[in-house]
Amino acid sequence: MSELIVAILLLTGASFMILASVGILRLPDLPTRMHASTKAGAMGAMMTMAGVAMHFGDVVVFTRAFAIVIFILITAPIAAHVIGRAGYFLGTPLWEGTVKDELKDNYDEKTHSLYSGFEPAPESVIPPTHKKRDEDDEI
Amino acid sequence: MLNVVINIVYFMLSVALLFAFIRLTKGPSLPDRVVSLELIASIVVGYVGVHAIDTGVSSLLDVAIVIALTAFLTAIGFARFLERGGRKSE
Repeated sequence: MSELIVAILLLTGASFMILASVGILRLPDLPTRMHASTKAGAMGAMMTMAGVAMHFGDVVVFTRAFAIVIFILITAPIAAHVIGRAGYFLGTPLWEGTVKDELKDNYDEKTHSLYSGFEPAPESVIPPTHKKRDEDDEI
Repeated sequence: MLNVVINIVYFMLSVALLFAFIRLTKGPSLPDRVVSLELIASIVVGYVGVHAIDTGVSSLLDVAIVIALTAFLTAIGFARFLERGGRKSE
């Protein structure tokens, strides 16, 4: 019974890992690749560690595996955030099908400050242009 | 039954490692490579866990802890390096 649960946990974890790597291979740009790899990769490692804790059935091993799971759970989002931030400011090109880039209009890359659009923005930030739709316009 | 499953899991993790390595060699920009390195570290943590089950040596979990820790630190370090001005396109 315990072997069956361990086998299921290991197979699910490895499937998540394969999903993450297929995503990192196939997706078009940096944020989508991170979206695939960080979440699915962390989930795969966590399920494998759950299988290890289940297989040994020992308090010491369980504590170590639990510590690894907690550590991955805390550090994976931080690392992804930091790399994504660095990649964005480095100017890596987004996918050409990107619909929305909200930081581009409201963010000052020199001073690293964000403008909401209500206060007067300095000249370094290009204010977003909102088109007002007239009643005569064709939709 | 568990032996067969462990062999299958080794094979799947190897395929995942291969895909991540292709992205590591191909990746158009440096942050892509850093992301793929982080995924490789996470896959290796899985490898070490499966190997601990395979051999029955529970001390191998310490190796997994250290690999996870160094992966986090390298990610932070690479990000600092990139924001301080690495090469733009490589």
